[in-house]
Amino acid sequence: MKVLVPVKRVIDYNVKVRVKADGSGVDLANVKMSVNPFDEIAVEEAIRLKEAGKADEIVVVSIGVKQAQETLRTALAMGADRAILVNAADDVHTDIEPLAVAKILAKVIEEEDPGLVLAGKQAIDNDMNATGQMLSALLGWSQGTFASELDIDGDKAVVTREVDGGLQTIKVNLPAVVTVDLRLNEPRYASLPNIMKAKKKPLDEKTAADYGVDTSPRLEVVKTTEPATRAAGIIVGSVDELVSKLKEAGAV
Amino acid sequence: MAVLLLAEVNNGELALDATAKAVTAARAMGDVTVLAAGASAAAAGEAAAKIDGVAKVLVAEDASLGHRMAEPTAALIVSLAGDYSHIVAPATTDAKNVMPRVAALLDVMVISDASGVVDADTFERPIYAGNAVQTVKSLDTTKVITFRTSTFDAAGEGGSAAVETVSAAADPGLSSWVEDKVAASDRPELTSAGVVVSGGRGVGSEEDFALIEKLADKLGAAVGASRAAVDSGYAPNDWQVGQTGKVVAPELYVAVGISGAIQHLAGMKDSKIIVAINKDEEAPIFQVADFGLVADLFEAVPALTDAL
Ligand SMILES: Cc1cc2nc3c(=O)[nH]c(=O)nc-3n(C[C@H](O)[C@H](O)[C@H](O)COP(=O)(O)OP(=O)(O)OC[C@H]3O[C@@H](n4cnc5c(N)ncnc54)[C@H](O)[C@@H]3O)c2cc1C
Repeated sequence: MKVLVPVKRVIDYNVKVRVKADGSGVDLANVKMSVNPFDEIAVEEAIRLKEAGKADEIVVVSIGVKQAQETLRTALAMGADRAILVNAADDVHTDIEPLAVAKILAKVIEEEDPGLVLAGKQAIDNDMNATGQMLSALLGWSQGTFASELDIDGDKAVVTREVDGGLQTIKVNLPAVVTVDLRLNEPRYASLPNIMKAKKKPLDEKTAADYGVDTSPRLEVVKTTEPATRAAGIIVGSVDELVSKLKEAGAV
Repeated sequence: MAVLLLAEVNNGELALDATAKAVTAARAMGDVTVLAAGASAAAAGEAAAKIDGVAKVLVAEDASLGHRMAEPTAALIVSLAGDYSHIVAPATTDAKNVMPRVAALLDVMVISDASGVVDADTFERPIYAGNAVQTVKSLDTTKVITFRTSTFDAAGEGGSAAVETVSAAADPGLSSWVEDKVAASDRPELTSAGVVVSGGRGVGSEEDFALIEKLADKLGAAVGASRAAVDSGYAPNDWQVGQTGKVVAPELYVAVGISGAIQHLAGMKDSKIIVAINKDEEAPIFQVADFGLVADLFEAVPALTDAL
């Protein structure tokens, strides 16, 4: 079975985000960028399926700016076999919407014919939590979202999902789109020899136009602002002082 | 304009708080029709009809809708979509599973986790773990939106909407339910609780998490946790507060042994009063705390529980 993993280049999760003063967006120039952490978990899961003999090829796909090459190389260094970069924007500040990404992925999938798509449940930049579900809808496939456990069982996948009430286990027909949550696995670090090897792995470059997909946004960004800040608080000296402050504030 | 609102229904029962908060958000945009879907959903529909501001309730009952599987639920919503300008839901995990699927089937974008309504086309939503707020104007004919419940007050009761039944769409038969693992609890539900006490990695073990639970019970609070506490097995996944867990905004939030990573703050920084107990005075959680106590939690928490 071939596994396809979409990966997104996003601001590193440790970076403090700076909103531009003119309200036009978030400053991404000269900022550390990384693989979206959820996508890293998806890549790791695909590698584990391959190691377990349940997958035979892992194709990683990124849609965005040309710099996403680095993102794909990271996934190749972890253990993916082949990469496809779909150039869809020139400016690093352009965020291609999940609907357009899903449409491009659907076209890639028509050509690649994978048995499973493993995607991160959300990207930590736009926090939209949508691409996997949208892709599944466009393909007419089943979906298993927010997975914390995944088992391939013949032509079905058993997915344990993290939901508001606890955990839900479902069985989905393959091919399926499974979106992964934090506790599915802990991604490996790429070793230096594997980073070197990854440089020689195939990376195909395409454009959104090659797939005939219109990526113009459906959501016009009116402005981007700083969230409300909280007034400074105080440090109390003791448990008793804390209790009396809470009583004064009417909180207990 | 007409709004279709997918009610949160769990095992036939309406999750009133989440649904009523979404009603508040939806009312700003037009007449609200609530859809209650499930293997049994009539009782949930009756309960939704009493929410103030609900104009009509549709009840869809079918075995395929029993466990809120994405494919049949999305097919049902799409079959009804033609009558509505907006299709909305509270941003629960169920809705986040279903609504992007609905949006793609309608060839429109989804607006996830909206925290504010500017006008019928324009919405605010947090991005980058809440470090920025984006205002977006939808250019789509149908708007598909999930609303972050922590930023809307629940609509009151007093409505008496008409209830109609609708039939389920054909089940695409792509998936099946196996089991739910849901821990029953007498504590208030995390996202609607007035007080939340959360523990982090500093608590150190599952056994010692009892300290957090005791304090919570003294305050009549729900219990939350950081990702590190959940990953370490101290607390179950549904207690996680943060960017990728639950978003809460109680009257009082007590963070114990939690450093205050942005991903955690994303889920609690709109709380009215924040208390932090941490032995490291440099911990970033103190920057958002109204009352900070620099102390060893193993001494401070039992003392606080006794003093209350
Ligand atoms: C993609 C992504 C998504 C994430 N989503 C979330 C999320 O939704 N929610 C979330 O919480 N995190 C999330 N995280 C993780 C986040 O970055 C932090 O790693 C996590 O919040 C840290 O948890 P913590 O504060 O419990 O642990 P730590 O950062 O290890 O902090 C423990 C704290 O306990 C204090 N402490 C230790 N012992 C004691 C004691 N005896 N008395 C008092 N204080 C003590 C320490 O001083 C320290 O400040 C996410 C990370 C990523 C990459």
